[in-house]
Amino acid sequence: MTAPSLEFNQVHIALHGRTLLALDARVAPGEVLTVMGPSGSGKSTLLAYAAGFLAPAFQASGQVLLGGQDVTALPAEQRGIGLLFQDPLLFPHLSVAGNLRFGMPRATPDKAAKVETALADIGLAGFGQRDPATLSGGQQARVALMRLLLSAPQAVLLDEPFSKLDTALRHEMRQLVFDQLRGAGLPSLLVTHDSDDARDAGGQVIELS
Amino acid sequence: MSLPRSCHALAASLPLLALLASPTALAAPDPGDWQSVVEEARGQTVYWYAWAGEERTNDYIQWTADRVAERYDIELVHVKLSDTAEAVSRVLAEKQAGNDERGNVDMIWINGENFATMKANDLLFGPWSEQLPHYPLTDPDNTPAVRYDWTIPVDGLESPWSSSQVVFYYDTALVDSHPRSMPELLDWAHDNPGEFTYARVPNFLGNAFITQALLELADDTEILYEPMQEEDFEAVTAPLWAFLDELHPLLWRSGRAFPGNSSELRRLMGDGEISIALSFSTTEASGAIANFELPDSVRSYVHDHGMIGNMSFMAIPYNAQHKAGAMVVANYLLSPAAQAHKQDPLVWGSNTVLSLETLEPDDRARFDDIDLGIATLPPDELGEVLGQPHPSWVDALAEAWQARYVGR
Amino acid sequence: MLRLAPWLIAALLVGPILAGLAMAALPAFGYLPALGGDAFSLDPWRALMTQPGLARSVAISFISGLATTAVSLAVVLLFLAAASGSRLDRWIRRMVSPLLSIPHAAAAFGLAFLIAPSGLLARFASPALSGWERPPDLLIVNDPWGLSLMAGLVIKEIPFLLLMSLAALHQLDAERRVAMARSLGYRPTIAWLKVVVPSLYPLIRLPVFAVIAYASSVVDVAMILGPTLPPTLAVSILTWFNDPDLSRRFMASAGALLQLGVTLAALASWWGLECVVRRLGRGWVAGGQRQRGERALRLAGKALILLAAATALVGIAGLALNSLAGVWRFPDGLPQTFTLQHWQRALPALGGPVAATLMIASTATLLAVGLVLAALEHEQRSGRQPAQGRLTSALTLLYLPLIVPQIAFLFGLVVVMEALGTRPTRWLVIFGHLLFVLPYVFLSMSEAYRRFDPRWSRVALTLGATPNGAFWRVRLPMLLAPLLTAMAVGLAVSIGQYLPTLLLGAGRVPTVTTEAVALASGGNRRLIGVWALVQASLPLLGFIIAVGLPRLLWTNRRGMRGTP
Repeated sequence: MTAPSLEFNQVHIALHGRTLLALDARVAPGEVLTVMGPSGSGKSTLLAYAAGFLAPAFQASGQVLLGGQDVTALPAEQRGIGLLFQDPLLFPHLSVAGNLRFGMPRATPDKAAKVETALADIGLAGFGQRDPATLSGGQQARVALMRLLLSAPQAVLLDEPFSKLDTALRHEMRQLVFDQLRGAGLPSLLVTHDSDDARDAGGQVIELS
Repeated sequence: MSLPRSCHALAASLPLLALLASPTALAAPDPGDWQSVVEEARGQTVYWYAWAGEERTNDYIQWTADRVAERYDIELVHVKLSDTAEAVSRVLAEKQAGNDERGNVDMIWINGENFATMKANDLLFGPWSEQLPHYPLTDPDNTPAVRYDWTIPVDGLESPWSSSQVVFYYDTALVDSHPRSMPELLDWAHDNPGEFTYARVPNFLGNAFITQALLELADDTEILYEPMQEEDFEAVTAPLWAFLDELHPLLWRSGRAFPGNSSELRRLMGDGEISIALSFSTTEASGAIANFELPDSVRSYVHDHGMIGNMSFMAIPYNAQHKAGAMVVANYLLSPAAQAHKQDPLVWGSNTVLSLETLEPDDRARFDDIDLGIATLPPDELGEVLGQPHPSWVDALAEAWQARYVGR
Repeated sequence: MLRLAPWLIAALLVGPILAGLAMAALPAFGYLPALGGDAFSLDPWRALMTQPGLARSVAISFISGLATTAVSLAVVLLFLAAASGSRLDRWIRRMVSPLLSIPHAAAAFGLAFLIAPSGLLARFASPALSGWERPPDLLIVNDPWGLSLMAGLVIKEIPFLLLMSLAALHQLDAERRVAMARSLGYRPTIAWLKVVVPSLYPLIRLPVFAVIAYASSVVDVAMILGPTLPPTLAVSILTWFNDPDLSRRFMASAGALLQLGVTLAALASWWGLECVVRRLGRGWVAGGQRQRGERALRLAGKALILLAAATALVGIAGLALNSLAGVWRFPDGLPQTFTLQHWQRALPALGGPVAATLMIASTATLLAVGLVLAALEHEQRSGRQPAQGRLTSALTLLYLPLIVPQIAFLFGLVVVMEALGTRPTRWLVIFGHLLFVLPYVFLSMSEAYRRFDPRWSRVALTLGATPNGAFWRVRLPMLLAPLLTAMAVGLAVSIGQYLPTLLLGAGRVPTVTTEAVALASGGNRRLIGVWALVQASLPLLGFIIAVGLPRLLWTNRRGMRGTP
C-alpha cells in the first residue's frame, strides 16, 4: 500500500469569533505529529475537525489534505481517517471478532482468516468469540487498535489513547501502537498532554497554548 | 318527514309515496316486496348499535347473529354501546358532515326520548316496520304499546322487540314486609334509613322511578299523557317534590350520591348496602341470582297502583347502508323462536312483545315451557301496566330534578 | 427524508387537534347547520351557565388537576430523596413499568372496590374490628369533593412522574451532588431535596404539565370514582354530547371550550405556584438548615409511595378475586364459593377484541417508533439538540395532545373526519391512537437517545460505516433495551385509549378497553374483574418482553446489561 501524506493547510478554528487554534503542518507516511496542550487548548476540536465531526457552532477555515486530495468537505466515513479514543470503545453488543470485522471493507476476501491472524498478532489468538467486556483493559486497547488497522485507513488520529492505561501498560501500548502505525506507513496525528507520549512518538511536536 | 300522519298509512301501501317520504329512498329497499328485501340482504353486514351493559343481552345478540348468518347469509355485528345516545350522536355527526347515504349505523336498539329525538330530527328511515311478515303477531290493533312509544306515534319507523315493566326487588333476609305504594315506601325509609336508593336521573331507571312516583302521587294523571304545558308543571308535580324532599335524606348516602344505572343499583344490593331496589326487567333478580350477583333470598314485588312499563324497538337510521339486512334481522327478532329464546331467564329473561293469542299452538308451547325463575313474578301477579307519559313530561321532570338536587 | 420527520410529527399532531377544536368552537357559538344552527349567537353559553351545579363541576375539575399533580409530585420527589440506593428504591424502580401499564380504568375499579364501604378493606375489618354486619352508609367512592377521584389519579400519575424523573436524573449526577452536600453536614434526604430537586424540576416540567391537563379533564376515571351530583366538567360534557336532546350539542360544544379554559387556568395557576415555591424554596435551600425534619421526610418518602403501590396492586388483586367469585356476601373477607363461570362466559368474546387491540396498538407503536427514531436520528446527525424543557423545538408540539383535553377536540375531529368522507376503520383509530402514542414514545425514547455517547457512532463512522450503517449496526442494537421499553409504553398507551377508539372507530372497532368500559356501565363487578385483568395483562406482556428480550439476546454480553 502506498500511503499518502496528511496535510493541514492554514487550518484556523474559532468559536463565537474567538480563535481557538491555528495549524499549518504536514505529516509524512509512517510519521506521527504530536499536538500538545493543556485542557481547553482546542486539542479535541482539532481532532473533531480532522475527523469530520466539528459541531456547527465552530467556524473553521483551511483544508485537510490526504495524499494531496482535499477531504475537508467529505463526511467522516468517506475521509479514510481512522480514530483511536482514550477508551477502547469496543461495541458491547458484538463479539471480539465482530468488532474486528466491523470496519473491514466489504470486499475484503476471507475475513475470518484475517481476523484470526490479527488476533494472533496482538497475542489474543482464539479470543474471537469472547464478549469484549470480559477482556482486560490492555486486551481491549489492543483489539481497538487492531480494529482500526483492519478498517484500512489512510491516516490515523489518536485522542490521548494511553491516558487511561496504568503506567506499565502504557509504555507497552505506545510501542505497539507506534510500531504498527509505522509498519503500516500511516501518517498519524496524536493529541495528548503527556510529554512521554510525544517522546515515544518520535515525530515533530507542536505546542498549543 | 313533514307528511301529515294520515299519509303514512297511504305510504305504507304505496311504494311510490314511500320513495317520496324518505330523502334517500332512491336506493332504499321496499319492505312491501319482502322477497326482494331478503334477496338484497343476502351477504350484507349489519351493524347493530345496542347498549351492551348486560352480558346476557350481549350473549343473546350473539345468538341472533349466528342464526341470521345461517338463515339469511347476513353478518350481524353488535356495536357495543354504554349509552344508546352515542348511536344518535353518530348519526347526527354523519348528517352534519353531509354523509346521507353511507351511514355506519344500520340498526339501533331504541325507545322513548332517543326515538322522539331521532324522529323529530328526521334521522330515521321508514315507514317499514308494519310490513314485516312477523309484525301481525304483535296484534297491533289490540296492543297500543306497539304503536305508541312513550305516547309518540311509532308510524312504522321502528319495530317492537322487547317489552319491559318496572318491578321492585328486595332481600327477604333483611326486609320483613315490603311496601306496596310510594307513601308506604316513604314510611319504610323512615324506619330503615340508608337502605333504599334509585338510579341517578336522567338515567332511564331513575326517570322511571320519579315518573312512577308522580303517577302514584298526582291527582290527575291524564294530563301526563299529553305534551306538557309549562303552566301546568308546577301544580301537577308539587306532590312529587314534597315526596322526594322527604325521601332523599332517608336514602342511601342520604341522597348525596346515586348509583349511575340499574346494574350499579343491583351491585349495591348484592353488596348488602341496600335492601330494596328496582329494575326495568321483571326477570332481572332471577338472572342475577343465577349469576351469583344477588343472594337467593331476593324476591320481586310491585305496587298496588300498577307499575310503569314500555317497549323497546329496532330503528333504522335514514342513512343506513344496509337497510335490507337490518329489516331482515328485525323481522327475525320478532319470530316466535327468537322471542321465546329471549324470554328464558337463563338466556336473558326479557319479555316478549308477541301476543300469545295470535300464535300457532306449537309456537305458544315454546313460551309456556319457560321456567321463569324463583325471583320472578308470574304474569298474573305483575299487576296493571302503567303507560309511559309523554317524553316532554319526562324531560321536564328530569331537568327539574337536576336543578333541585344537583350541586347542592 | 430524516429532515422531514420532526415536521411530519408536528403536522400529524397539530393538524387534527386544531381542526377538532375549530369544529367544537363553531357549535359553541351557535353554528351547526345540521341542527338548524346557522347564525352565530351566545345562546349555547347562556344555556351552559344555567346548568345546575356547573360552578361546582368546574371547581372540582380545576382542583383535582392541581391537587393530583401536587400530591403525585410530592410523593415522587420525597421517595427519590428518601430512598435512593435503598432496597425499596430498587423494588419500586422495578415496579414502575408494571404500575404504569395498569390502565386507568382498571386501576380505578380496583381502588373503588378496595375503599368502598362494602369493599375489600371494610370486609377485612368486619365484623371483628369494626362491628359492621352491614356496610356502613358512608359516602367514600363518588364523594362530592372528588377525594377518591384524586386518590385514583394520584395512584396512576405517581409511576408516570417517577419514570420521567428517573430518566431525567441520569443527566444530573445526583449521587455526587448529594455526597458533596453530605460532606458539608447535610442529612441525605434534605441534601437531595436541596441540591437535586432544583435542577430536576425544570427537566420534568412538561410531564408535570401533562399530568395537570390530564387530571383536570379525565373522563373514564371520573366516571368510576368522581362525584356524581354534579360530575366533573369533562363527564358532564360527555353526557351533554350524548343527550338525546340534540340541541344540547351546542351547549356541549361550549362546555368543551370551557374545559379547555379550565385546563389552561389550572396550568396558569400551577405556573403561578411555581413562582411562589421558587421564591420560598430559595430561602429554604440557602438557609443552611441541615438536619431538622430528616426522619419525618424519610419516613414519609418511603411510606407514601409504598401506600400508593400497595393500593394499586391490592386493587388489582381484588379484581382478580372478583373475577373468580361465586357468592360473596358482606362482611365475608373472601368469597364463599369460587367459580370459573365468569371467565368461561367471557372467553369466547375475548378473542376478537384482544386481536384488534394488539393489531392497533402494535401498528400505532411501530409507526410512532419509526417517526420518533427518524426525528431523534436527525437531531443527532444535524448536531442540534434542543435544551431540555425549553420551548425551542418543533418537537415541543409533541406535548399538545397531552395538554389539550381529549374531550375538547375529539368530537370536533369526528365531524372533520366525516366531512372528509373518511370511513371509520382501524386505520382511523390507529391514526387517533398515534396522537397519544407518539408523545409518550418520544418522552421515553428521547432521553436514552440524547444521552447515548456520540463517540460510539464516531467510532463506527471512522471505521468506514455510513451514517445509516452506524444507525442500524451500532446505535439501534445498543439502544435496544430503551427502545423496547418505549415500545412497551407505546403499547400500554394505545391499549388504554377509550375516547379516541370509541369516537374515531364509530364503535365498530371493538378493543379490550371499549368493551371493558361498555361492560362497566353494567356494573357487574365479577365481569369487570375479568375484563380489567385482561386489559391490564396485555400491556404487562409488552413490558415483560421489553425486560426479557434484551436479557435473552445479551446473555453473553456483559457490557449490554444495565446499559445504557
